[in-house]
Amino acid sequence: MKIAVCVKAVPDTDAKIAIAGDKKNIDFAGVRIITSPYDEFAIEEALKLKEKHGGETTVFSVGGAEATDVLRDSLARGIDTAVHIQDEEFANLGPLGTAKVLAAAIKDGGFDAIFCGQQGVGGDNNQVPAMLAELLNLPQATIIVKLEIDGTKFKAEREIEGAHEFIEGSLPAVFSTQKGLNEPRYPSIKGVMAARRKEIAVKNAEALGIKGKFAAENRKIKVKEMMLPKERPVGRKLDGDVDAQVKQLLDLLRTEARVI
Amino acid sequence: MAEGILVFIEQRNGQIRKASLEALSEAYRQISTVGGNVTALIVGKDVKTLAGNLPKYHPHKVLVADSADFEKYSTEGYAAALVEGIKSVSPKYVFAANTNMAKDLIPRVAARHDAPCVSDVTEFEIDGNNLQPKRPQYSGKAYTVYEFNSDLAFMTLRPNVFAVQESSNNVNCPIEDLAVSVGEVRAKVTETHASEGNKIELSEASIVVAGGRGIKGPENWPVLQNLCDSLGAALGASRAVVDAGWIDHQHQVGQTGKTVSPQLYIACGISGAIQHLAGMNSSKVIVAINNNPDAEIFKHATYGIVGDCLEVVPKLTEEIKKLNAN
Ligand SMILES: Cc1cc2nc3c(=O)[nH]c(=O)nc-3n(C[C@H](O)[C@H](O)[C@H](O)COP(=O)(O)OP(=O)(O)OC[C@H]3O[C@@H](n4cnc5c(N)ncnc54)[C@H](O)[C@@H]3O)c2cc1C
Ligand SMILES: Nc1ncnc2c1ncn2[C@@H]1O[C@H](COP(=O)(O)O)[C@@H](O)[C@H]1O
Repeated sequence: MKIAVCVKAVPDTDAKIAIAGDKKNIDFAGVRIITSPYDEFAIEEALKLKEKHGGETTVFSVGGAEATDVLRDSLARGIDTAVHIQDEEFANLGPLGTAKVLAAAIKDGGFDAIFCGQQGVGGDNNQVPAMLAELLNLPQATIIVKLEIDGTKFKAEREIEGAHEFIEGSLPAVFSTQKGLNEPRYPSIKGVMAARRKEIAVKNAEALGIKGKFAAENRKIKVKEMMLPKERPVGRKLDGDVDAQVKQLLDLLRTEARVI
Repeated sequence: MAEGILVFIEQRNGQIRKASLEALSEAYRQISTVGGNVTALIVGKDVKTLAGNLPKYHPHKVLVADSADFEKYSTEGYAAALVEGIKSVSPKYVFAANTNMAKDLIPRVAARHDAPCVSDVTEFEIDGNNLQPKRPQYSGKAYTVYEFNSDLAFMTLRPNVFAVQESSNNVNCPIEDLAVSVGEVRAKVTETHASEGNKIELSEASIVVAGGRGIKGPENWPVLQNLCDSLGAALGASRAVVDAGWIDHQHQVGQTGKTVSPQLYIACGISGAIQHLAGMNSSKVIVAINNNPDAEIFKHATYGIVGDCLEVVPKLTEEIKKLNAN
C-alpha cells in the first residue's frame, strides 16, 4: 500500500495566545510548535496499515520552517519519507488554499489511502480533509474511530452526535482521524536518531507546477482582524456552609443569571 | 450578482436538528442585509412531512430533495443534493449548523465551487451587503473576523449560539421538490448505531454538568447523572477521567473533545486546565464546585462553591427536585 499522511505544525495546546502587531495572526514568538494532536492518530494508522499490508508511508506538511521539526517527529515515529511544502506564496493560506497545495503534491503519487487529522488544533477548521478528497476526486470518511481495509475496500466507523455511523467504500480514499482510532506510539530514541539523518524533500510552488496561483491578493477570503476574547467578568465565591451555598446558588441561577 | 442565503437543514430519523433551525433563524435575521431570499434545503427519504415544519422559521422557499438515495447519508450523495440546491437558487451564502455531518459535507461542496468556507461562526459583522463571520480559533483563546471576496461563501454556525426564531402564526411558503441525479457513490453509510450515554447531545445541550478527577471514581457518575436528570442537562467530562477509562470519549469537553456553549455549565471536581477551559469558556454561566479554593476554574466561574462535590451535588439535586415539584 502507498499511504500519505498530512500533518500540520501547530502551537502547543497549553500555549498562551497573543495577537501579532498587524492583528491578522497570532504572535508566534516563544510559542512551542507540535504535531497537531489529531494528526498523531493519522500517523499511527498509516504505520499500522503498513505493518499489516506492507508498502510505504509518506508525510506531507505545508508550512514554514516550523514544519521541519514536525516532519522529523513523523519520521521518528516510523514514517518512511517526508515532504515539506514551503513557499512564501503559501504563507497564511486558508483551508481551501492548503487543500489545493496538498492536492497538487499528492495527486500523482499513486496513494491508496490519505490520512489527515480531523482538525488542525488551533486553526480549528475541520475543512482540509473533505476539501482534499474533493480536489483529488476521491471518496472520504471523516472523523473516524475505526478502520478496516480489505483489498480495495474499506469499512470505517465515524463519530456523529449521539451515534456512530458505519461506512463502506472503496480505495483510494481520504480519511480524517479522531481520538479513539488507535493509541499513537511515541518516537523511540532510535527513531529520533535515525530521523535526524534522514533527508526531508522540500517542494515549492514551482516544483508543484502551481506558481503564482496563491498570491495573497487573489485570495477569496482574508483575515480582517484577530483579537483576544472578551474577559469573563470576575465571578464570585459563595459563602456559608454547604446548605447555605446551595440555596444561594439556586437563587442566583434563577433570579440573577436566569438560566434555570 | 448572487444574493440570498441557502440553509442546509440536517435531519436524521425524522428529526430536524435544532442547530439547523438556529442557522435558518439567523439567515432570516441577516437577509435584509444580504438581499435576496432565504431558502431552506432538506435532504433525505420521506422528508416531505418534515419539510412542512420549516415555513414557520420564515424561509421564502423550502427545497426538498427526497429520494431513496438519501435514506442513508453519503458524502457524495448529499453533496450532489446541495450542489443542485445551489444551482437552483444561486445564493451568495450557504449556511449550515456546525455538526459532524456539516464537517464532512460543507467543505467538500465549497471546494467543488472553489469557494471559501468558514466554520464554527459565532457572530457576524456587517459591511454593506456583506457578512463578515467571526469565529473562535485556538479553541477560544482568540477570535478571527474574515472578509470574503467571492460570489459564493459557505459558513457553518456553532450550535447553541444563535437563537431559534419561530412564528406562532401560520406561515406559508412554497415547498418544492428538488430533483437530484446522484451519480456514483464510492463511500456510503450502511448503518447507524445510537451511542449509549447522553440523551441530549452535549454540544447542543442548554445545560451541561461535567465531572473531573474530583468525583473520585466512575462509581460516582450516578451522583452527577441525577443532577443532569433534574436539570435536563447533558453529562460532560474532563480528559483526565476519559483517559482513566471512567467514561467514554464522547463526553469529553475541551480542546481535544467537544466544544460546548450552554447557558449553564456546572464543573464538578475539575481543575480548569487551559485545554478544558477551551471547550467551555463561552458558556453563559459557569458554576464551579471544587474543594481547592485556589483551583484555576474559580477564576473563570461565574459562581463558585468551595467544597466536596460529592456532598454539594446531591444537595443541589435535592433542592432542584423540590423546585421542579412546585
Ligand atoms: C494535547 C492535550 C490536549 C488536552 N485536551 C483536553 C481536553 O480536551 N479536555 C480536558 O478536559 N483536558 C484536556 N487536556 C488535559 C488537561 O491538561 C488536564 O490534565 C485535565 O483537564 C485535568 O482534568 P481534571 O480537572 O479532571 O483533573 P485534575 O487536574 O486532577 O483536577 C481535579 C480537581 O478536582 C478537585 N477535587 C478533588 N477532590 C475533590 C472533591 N472531593 N470535590 C471537589 N473537587 C475535588 C481538585 O482540587 C482538582 O482541582 C489536554 C492535555 C493535552 C496535553
Ligand atoms: N498546512 C498543512 N499541512 C499539511 N496538512 C494539513 C495542513 N493544514 C491542515 N492539514 C491537514 O488537515 C487536517 C485538518 O485541518 P484543518 O482543516 O485545518 O482543521 C489536519 O489535521 C492535517 O491532517
